[in-house]
Amino acid sequence: MKVKSPLEIYKLLPQTNCGECGFDTCMSFAAHILDRSAKIEDCKPLVEQAKKSKKVAEKLKKLKEMTAPEIDEVIIGKDLKIGGEEVLHRHELTFFNPTALFFDVSDIMDEKTIDERCSRVVEYKKFYVGRYLTLDGIAVRSVSNNPDKFAEVVKKVSGYGKPIVLISLNPDCIKKALDFVTNPLIYAANEENWKEMLKIAKKNKVPVVVRSKDLDMLKSLAATFKKYEVPVVLDPVTEPAGRGLQKTFERVIQIRRTAILGQDKDINCPIMVTPISAWAMKADEIAKIYWETVIASLFIVKYADIMILHSLEPHTIMPIVTLRANIYTDPRTPVQVEPGLRAINNPDRNSPVLITTNFALTYYTVESDLQSSGASGWLLVLDTGGLGVEVSVAGGQFTPEKVKQLMEETKVAEKVDHRYLVIPGLAARLQGALEDEIGWKVLVGPTDSGRLKAWLEENWPPKKEIKN
Amino acid sequence: MSKLTFEDILKLLSKYNIEELEGVEIEGDIEIEIEGLPNLQAIGMELGMAAYHLARAAMMLGFPFQQLLQPQKPIEVKQKEEELELIKKKFEPYKVEWSGYVEEVQLGATKKDGGTRDYVIKLGGEKSLPFYIFDSEQPNLPAISIDVFDRPVPLPKVVRMHYEDVMENPEDWAKKVVKEFNADAVTIHLISTDPLLDDTPVNEAVKVVEDVLQAVKCPIIVGGSGNKEKDPILLEKVAEVAEGERVLLASATLDMDWERIGRAAKEHNHVVLAWTQMDINSQRTLNRYLLKKVGLPRDSLVMDPTTAALGYGLDYAFSNMERARIAALKGDEDLAFPVSSGTTNAWGAREAWMKESPLEGDSSWGMREHRGPLWEIVTGLTLALAAVDIFMMMHPVSVAVLKELIQTLGGKKEEVECEDWIAVV
Repeated sequence: MKVKSPLEIYKLLPQTNCGECGFDTCMSFAAHILDRSAKIEDCKPLVEQAKKSKKVAEKLKKLKEMTAPEIDEVIIGKDLKIGGEEVLHRHELTFFNPTALFFDVSDIMDEKTIDERCSRVVEYKKFYVGRYLTLDGIAVRSVSNNPDKFAEVVKKVSGYGKPIVLISLNPDCIKKALDFVTNPLIYAANEENWKEMLKIAKKNKVPVVVRSKDLDMLKSLAATFKKYEVPVVLDPVTEPAGRGLQKTFERVIQIRRTAILGQDKDINCPIMVTPISAWAMKADEIAKIYWETVIASLFIVKYADIMILHSLEPHTIMPIVTLRANIYTDPRTPVQVEPGLRAINNPDRNSPVLITTNFALTYYTVESDLQSSGASGWLLVLDTGGLGVEVSVAGGQFTPEKVKQLMEETKVAEKVDHRYLVIPGLAARLQGALEDEIGWKVLVGPTDSGRLKAWLEENWPPKKEIKN
Repeated sequence: MSKLTFEDILKLLSKYNIEELEGVEIEGDIEIEIEGLPNLQAIGMELGMAAYHLARAAMMLGFPFQQLLQPQKPIEVKQKEEELELIKKKFEPYKVEWSGYVEEVQLGATKKDGGTRDYVIKLGGEKSLPFYIFDSEQPNLPAISIDVFDRPVPLPKVVRMHYEDVMENPEDWAKKVVKEFNADAVTIHLISTDPLLDDTPVNEAVKVVEDVLQAVKCPIIVGGSGNKEKDPILLEKVAEVAEGERVLLASATLDMDWERIGRAAKEHNHVVLAWTQMDINSQRTLNRYLLKKVGLPRDSLVMDPTTAALGYGLDYAFSNMERARIAALKGDEDLAFPVSSGTTNAWGAREAWMKESPLEGDSSWGMREHRGPLWEIVTGLTLALAAVDIFMMMHPVSVAVLKELIQTLGGKKEEVECEDWIAVV
């Protein structure tokens, strides 16, 4: 956004510190607008007054302009947001709207295939750091070039309730399909068809992808569509291999860099990349699958706001959705959970006591592994400042003293009748020192909590030691 | 109630920029017929309003309008068309120039430099972000080294199948990764020296280094076991026996005798890998110690800011490397060194090697034969875009795919003819 200091925003706020926005002061509200954790519309008094006073309305308009993101935010379907980015490198702030992943069906696929592909998009989920990673939408491709046929497939696909991209360079196909779907993204307007596409977009108020390898033409198309207030997405054309892929990389970076650093307001739009292009290569299927994943990964890191993909193989989707989750993780918030004691699957006085760290990734992995193993247990969560087991053991954040303190605070000794603590395999080297410190017997568990189930089956309850 | 005349209706319509209404017939001066009702949403708000006004006007004039409400087809309204013209624009790319550059470091030495390698690898030398060859030429593209161990190691099945025949013999292992898997360099990890493993004595362990130097003619990297006490002694000895070969000694860390490793490298013409745990300030400190306290030449330092696997902290590793590289390009000389990545770490992620998800809620994870290599590829390529100059990897397919990408983004590939994907069947 244009503003660099909360003061610039504060000047235009009511300055009454009424607190209706949820922040104590207007200054604090301004600071939150700056880091995008609040929106100008959250200032209810300002919005209300703007309805009555022209002067306040002007202020509100100015504030909106000042705080608009560097890259336009475009909405597809009901509420899928793409773009809205502020920076070139995630450590400078954060990236906001994760690259939207659309998977194609074509109007010459048989019904069964279409249903199967749509279902996969709708149903896909992968557990990651306390939530499920999912897919965003379906791109319907006209291969038949027959408007009726295309519209029929679009109608069917829209029944799945996912956001939709309509793919055809033939305006008649798009026109027909628009009767059956709400606010799809139109793909694509190019040098030849742009007039027709612009008419359709104006009339239906839908976002449009403009497409050209020639960046002068791409910019001209974007400027023209923007003039008519059509939300624009840029497709600088993804060439899948060789020199063409290098040039694609160059185009994408030049566009985003010129939009943000060069303040070029004609091309400050979300960017579309089409890893599906890999399927146009002359290669075998395995090669296409690998290369599609490579192209997708490349542009998840570098600036793609929306993508069209083909492969719905789970082994290609998983690296892509995981990478997207990583790159779009907010680096400003430490990925930590509350330390303490968690009861998993209704543990009793004989259930094992285990320990892990408060690094969110570690914690959720262990927790979900325990949950789904069906075993019950007491899970101690140690505050390591958000570090994983291996690093915190090496770095001195996972120490016997801290474990002892946590056990005292949580009074875990009062909850069980035994005196055994299971530690992660990666913390094995602490075993002796830990036993000395806490006076419990310490058992070394597996290095990967995915193996906890089998480990517990074998080692719990612990075999009684023979005392002499 | 005021009465509207036909003229009023026309006036009303003219407000909405409508020339004619298709499907509306006006006979005489008062008869109005409308075919169906307009679909308000389909024709947009403004025109919808116009049609609405028209309908209201008709009712006021006393016509049985309600009878005509059976929806048939929407009224097509022709708007006075504005001539659309393309706003011609020129795209002017924003120019970025950096004041700093990354040091160029040579691994391996040929006969003329006092070594016995067939070729050398140059790392670094960048004056712009990785693969931004449109900003400035990238003198050296990233290289790939493949990991070899001095004793059999537990490996995921998908990786192990490629090395089962050579695991007992590091020389054969090294030959295989060069000849069959196209490695630019070989990393020999002397893990058997670990006191908790075989505790191989240093003098014995370094023989493997001599054997590997005989077996392959590419530059080599030598790693210890990670034991803080033994590694400095071990790497010092490696430096001696590999005199002049410009071996990359892996690694010196802040919590061991880095000075000993640095001095040995300086004395015997090698390169030091400075490894820190994802902390840019520690990296600066360690680099500075090696340069200032030991006097290691600037062209003999490579840094390893730590590689975390995809899904397991890759975001930290990426931003840490990207920040370090941007700092270097902005002129921070303490960070202006080539970067190494232990990309093999990707195989530590359960998603890379497990047969299926241990969680019931997950969709299928798919075939691990492909999932594993892809996990390594994606980990590597992400970090390639941040800063990496040399990768240490394991799966042959991952190596091949990443090499292809490096060559492609480095501008070394020809044009490839391809159809447009839009209509691909």
